[in-house]
Amino acid sequence: MKRKVFTIASAASLIGLMFCAEGALAAKSGGVLKAYHRGTPPSGSIHEEATNSTVSPYMGVFNNLIMYRQDVAKESIDTIIPDLAKSWSWNGDGTKLTFKLRQGVKWHDGKPFTSKDVKCTWDLVQGKGKAKLRKNPRKSWYKNLDSVTTNGDFEATFNLKRKQPAFPALLAGGYSPVYPCHVSPKKMRTHPIGTGPFKFVSLKQNEHVKFTKNQNYWKKDRPYLDGVEWTIIKSRATRVLAFIAGKFDMTFNVDVTVPLMKEVNSQAPDAICEMVTTNVSTNLIVNQFKPPFDNAQVRKAMVLAIDRKAFIDIISEGKNIQGGAMMPPPNGVWGMPPEFLKNVAGFNPDIAGNRAQARKIMEGLGYGPNNRLKVKVSTRNIAIYRDPAVILIDHMKEIYMDATLDTVETSNWHAKVARKDYMVGLNLTGIGVDDPDAGLYENYSCGSQRNYTGYCKPEMEKLFEQQSMMTDQVARKKLVWEIDKKLQEDAARPIIYHGLGATCFQPYVHGFVTHVNSVYNNWRLEDVWLDK
Amino acid sequence: MGTYIVKRFLLMLLTLIGISIIIFVLLRLMPGNIADIMFDSAGFVDPAEKAQIEKELGLDLPIPVQYFHWVRGLLVWDLGFSYVSEMPAVDELGPRIPITAKLAGLALFFSVLFGLPLGVISAVKQDTALDYIMRVVSLSGLSLPSFWLALLILMFFVSTFGTIPIYMDPPDNLWDELVLYSIPAAAVGFRSSALIMRLTRSSMLEVMRQDYIRTARSKGASENSINYRHALKNAVLPVTTIIGIEAAFLIGGLIITETVFNIPGVAHFLVEAILMRDYPIVQNLVMLIAVVTVVINFAVDLLYAVLDPRIKYAE
Repeated sequence: MKRKVFTIASAASLIGLMFCAEGALAAKSGGVLKAYHRGTPPSGSIHEEATNSTVSPYMGVFNNLIMYRQDVAKESIDTIIPDLAKSWSWNGDGTKLTFKLRQGVKWHDGKPFTSKDVKCTWDLVQGKGKAKLRKNPRKSWYKNLDSVTTNGDFEATFNLKRKQPAFPALLAGGYSPVYPCHVSPKKMRTHPIGTGPFKFVSLKQNEHVKFTKNQNYWKKDRPYLDGVEWTIIKSRATRVLAFIAGKFDMTFNVDVTVPLMKEVNSQAPDAICEMVTTNVSTNLIVNQFKPPFDNAQVRKAMVLAIDRKAFIDIISEGKNIQGGAMMPPPNGVWGMPPEFLKNVAGFNPDIAGNRAQARKIMEGLGYGPNNRLKVKVSTRNIAIYRDPAVILIDHMKEIYMDATLDTVETSNWHAKVARKDYMVGLNLTGIGVDDPDAGLYENYSCGSQRNYTGYCKPEMEKLFEQQSMMTDQVARKKLVWEIDKKLQEDAARPIIYHGLGATCFQPYVHGFVTHVNSVYNNWRLEDVWLDK
Repeated sequence: MGTYIVKRFLLMLLTLIGISIIIFVLLRLMPGNIADIMFDSAGFVDPAEKAQIEKELGLDLPIPVQYFHWVRGLLVWDLGFSYVSEMPAVDELGPRIPITAKLAGLALFFSVLFGLPLGVISAVKQDTALDYIMRVVSLSGLSLPSFWLALLILMFFVSTFGTIPIYMDPPDNLWDELVLYSIPAAAVGFRSSALIMRLTRSSMLEVMRQDYIRTARSKGASENSINYRHALKNAVLPVTTIIGIEAAFLIGGLIITETVFNIPGVAHFLVEAILMRDYPIVQNLVMLIAVVTVVINFAVDLLYAVLDPRIKYAE
């Protein structure tokens, strides 16, 4: 009897597995993916932008040399696979990274792809070529890149100034596409040409961005989709309602907030919504060139006054996550774990104790109930900036600081920050790749354009370099935690929380995997198919 | 009459020149420019690269020189390029203007269609239950913000019919177009119709107390003839002025309505262009709105003489 039951169960499992396997393999070609976009992308040139408004729709136009696996949710150096490069290898001392390139690949305008395009792209990013980018937000990523050289049409070598084992991590992100030599940066902004699975068709401001299938894509049987159409809808209420009404197959990248996700779940129960950490943090920028914040003690008191849990509970119903400069685990690879984090100044859950310590510091500097420090908290006039700024003002009251809110029109925000025309600012920072070589150099390194506070310490630079050269990933992680601890305690850019957002799609959308430690690297869409 | 028209026309030109200067200068007095905004999406500002962009776009030139370039372009129908899309401004504005014009026309049509007769009925049936109901409805029309009303309509459609009446693709024919625009037009026209209704009502009540109405009644004229031939004809004069003003004012309401219903018209586009400091788009569009407003005012003034034979324009 037992044997009979076992046989039946085995047969049933086998049939089940066969169905599952068939389901997994039965990708269908055809159909146009309809998604909404939150606003007109600033341009189609990924190298000139630092926003997922550009990278999400345009990533499918391009290929990288190497890329993060699209079907693995957590990106790391181990999930990097070949793209335009067939293979890659390091030289003995880890300063030369050589890529063997695919042959027969063509740009969307029919011209052949060669190693010259690889050289041109990184010359452009380094500002070396004749053609210039209008804006170059990731120049700091390539501080250690000396040059790119070619050997024939199908081999390119990245020559580094020093060893940098994590360099491939930078090349694998959505922000590192290969550009064609023969197309000007201006044309790349308005009509980008790539080698990717989708060709750019048209962009109409406030209306749509359209892409069609690249029939000559070098990857056989891809993409499954005939095209992708992004309808631009500025009103978040309208676009989410439109998704609920079934007008769209997919929402924009992490556009759905915690409260909105509840709405979507209740009104469109079949829709699949995946809430993930976005690698976008809400943080403070404290102007250390302006008194009294030039005093490290005042900055320390501020850091101690923050009750991060209160922020998270109010803003995201307890869903956002506490962490430092690097995205915290389990989704982040490099962030400080909770047991380490609680020992960092300001992260101790004893808020009353922290604030008592902060008041003591302030009293030592001559402030008190009768001599309160007047502070202006500047931020963009957008809810995701304004709301936490209001909470911050409330927290600052606890340590003899009377703050007022200075809302800045969004178009003037970075100009104001660049002029250092603020005392305390509340800002959001997104990092393209979950690797210290991206995050630390971009936001905390001397001279980086996105290092808004101008934080610059030679000893920290040495530590940045030290971690960057380490091959032992476990030891590197420990060093990164120490660096992160120091950055938080120095109030270089105190992180309040790491945000979450959801991407929702209809149940007939297959092959799309939401990545959990970056929102910038999983929009190639070549494996996505529709089962309508 | 001829001299009056010529004088008004010259005054119109003068007004438009004044408006063009104000638009041009005000735009440039606003803090930040397109170069700042371009850097915004890159997350930093590089002063050297910013200066290069300003030079490319001619923003480094003195303001009077920039103004001169713009006016010279206007005269030869060269509206310049959108800073954002790098496309000719004509191509950006051209397809959007008819959309907003249709929407505004339909909204105005709805406002008059409902506002005028309901105002008359409300006046004729003064202090009856019907009058009270219409007054309450009109008050709500004046006090409900159009964005709220528009969102409510969308939510109603989604929860009741499982669909959403927003603009997704250009309509294929006139009927589709009418269906597509009628709901947003009704949402934005509700406020105007309420205003027209209340004004018609009060104007009618005032006229109906006049001696000539009493005379008409004593001569045995029918109530319909009194209300519509004698009273309404005179009561409609101030209403005409308001309709003219509302036509220009509708742009304000359309900004919200176009945003909520996702209609790619010029009203929403204008706000976006202002936020992006897309000067060529903003200054050309505001100039166009100014021309339309001034022309409508001019037309309304001329219409006065047609509607009221007592009005004569001094030669």
